[in-house]
Amino acid sequence: MIEKALSGDKRYWSWVGFLAFAIGVGTLAWFRQYELGLTITGLSRDVTWGFYIAQFTFMVGVAASAVMLVLPYYLHDNKSFGKITILGEFVAVGSCIVCMLFIFVDMGMPFRTPNVFIYASPNSVMFWDTVVLFGYLVLNVIIGWTVLGAERKQLPPPKWVKPLIILSIPWAISIHTVTAFLYSGLAARPFWMTAVLAPRFLASAFSAGPALIIILCLILRKVASFDVSKEALQKLAVIMTYAMCINVFLVLMEVFTAVYSSMPEHMAHFEYLFLGLDGKNALAPFMWVSSILAVVTLILLLNPKTRRNESILAFACVALFVSLWIDKGMAMIVTGYIPNVMGVVHEYMPTLPELLITVGVYSIGALIVTILYKVALTVKKNVA
Amino acid sequence: MAVDRRKFLRLTGLAALGVAAKPIGILAQEDIPAEISGKLPQENPLTAKRWAMVVDLEKCRDHENIKDCAAACHRVHNVPEFDNPKDEIKWMWEEDFRHAFHEQEIEHLPEKFEYTKVPLLCNHCDNPPCVRVCPTGSTWKRESDGIVMMDWHRCIGCRYCIAACPYGSRSFNWRDPRPFIKETTPEFPTRMRGVVEKCTFCEERLAQGQIPACVEAAKNDAIAFGDLEDPNSKVRELLRERYSIRRKPGLGTHPEVYYLL
Repeated sequence: MIEKALSGDKRYWSWVGFLAFAIGVGTLAWFRQYELGLTITGLSRDVTWGFYIAQFTFMVGVAASAVMLVLPYYLHDNKSFGKITILGEFVAVGSCIVCMLFIFVDMGMPFRTPNVFIYASPNSVMFWDTVVLFGYLVLNVIIGWTVLGAERKQLPPPKWVKPLIILSIPWAISIHTVTAFLYSGLAARPFWMTAVLAPRFLASAFSAGPALIIILCLILRKVASFDVSKEALQKLAVIMTYAMCINVFLVLMEVFTAVYSSMPEHMAHFEYLFLGLDGKNALAPFMWVSSILAVVTLILLLNPKTRRNESILAFACVALFVSLWIDKGMAMIVTGYIPNVMGVVHEYMPTLPELLITVGVYSIGALIVTILYKVALTVKKNVA
Repeated sequence: MAVDRRKFLRLTGLAALGVAAKPIGILAQEDIPAEISGKLPQENPLTAKRWAMVVDLEKCRDHENIKDCAAACHRVHNVPEFDNPKDEIKWMWEEDFRHAFHEQEIEHLPEKFEYTKVPLLCNHCDNPPCVRVCPTGSTWKRESDGIVMMDWHRCIGCRYCIAACPYGSRSFNWRDPRPFIKETTPEFPTRMRGVVEKCTFCEERLAQGQIPACVEAAKNDAIAFGDLEDPNSKVRELLRERYSIRRKPGLGTHPEVYYLL
């Protein structure tokens, strides 16, 4: 089937070429980082996890969100999702690989990462996170490829794949739960140490993920004349809206607990995020943009009239995605370190090489999804 | 940046090594033949059931005293000195009372403590969160004497231990430390970029029958070191006589560095 990715029009090839270029630039930046060390990033003794780990966290969510298509289609027999479920599974494949690459580029000793398996340590959440992420990648590759292969031969998918599909549903929940446990189990970082972190991660994932799928569907409709039904998009939009409501609710729970209890070590981080602390407020403008976008999207999405208008829906999806990306992809991780364990504020900003490497990793993910989508859409077209 | 063929081969070679080679624990001294470690097997190593440190803050008002202790530690352990604080590596360092005991939310501090510098180092916790989170067993609590150990040959540099440590006791080698070591002490290994390091209660000196470098350098017995399980030890005697505090005891880590007020 993969050969279907080798024939495309000029637009397809220029997009692939663009991604290849971005991957090349990112790879060169990574070679430099490998040579000189992580000193070329904005990370420091005080803020030791930054942009890479934040992108990893965000993309685990995007990977998990495939379940928002799989679950309605396979468990509730929601026919309208039949056509787009494969898109969710292939996004999950790309996202899992992106997650692994972000971990790889963040390691001080990247080529020692097999030690995680050689010296497997079940007491470490990181060990389990690696296991569930690998498992989820394998599940989605097998499921996506098998179901698509069957569709190409115009046969129903083989029976053995159904149990795997059912398994992939709780597995998706597990990857983001375990990722939240990486952070929420640390007494040293009060900002992360909240029982609501895993549910919050899931809620933001189940709204950012569908937003991305809707955007991708709308793009594919334009550039690849992919015929996605309005009904499917609307159903997905409703899922995304409810998930976003739950996410905003959970964020407000966090703010209430911190502010009403007035415990300094919990409040300081929120203060830094929204107002700034000790005159340092690099993240505050972003957080306000994120909050305003969240409110605007909720207004647009909760109102059926605006939600049903696909141009407004497209705008709302982009705004929602940006809002959640700022929250999770920029603020969530570094704020755990600001202020530091001694109450001192040392800020963090990613550097240019760090951003180039990030763009490179994302481009690898985009290339994988592009190729998989090309195959999927060609198969679907030939069958129809 | 150019990546030539040699560099490429080196990179791929490293990758292969990473998979194939069984990392050697440099700190497991007993595994290393004497001619390699450059040390003769010691007949009189210092041993304890539970090593602990007691710092007398009364004697830390003389800044030079603490500075000397930290300098001695960094000298014998080949700790580099960077110009950029972002890259900093610290095994032992001094901190204001308010920052060292940040969780106390101190409002009125006796004047004498306003000028006291508190020496900070790894607390060698009885229940160390860094050990709990390490995905490769590169840091572990030695059951025989409670020292929290490090294996720089196994560490993958994920920095999860730094996230988990509530004391800021761990440092990461953001860049190659070797050019920044003022004077290399040949008896102790240097590290490479990409691994985490911290104080190890001078386990290499204890094995040679020597007390930790900072304890040795401290004037007026500002730092005591001994076996917490031994009721007759110096540390137990001090803890019996004086009021002591520990950093963030509420987190359940059971730090084994005590500060006398």
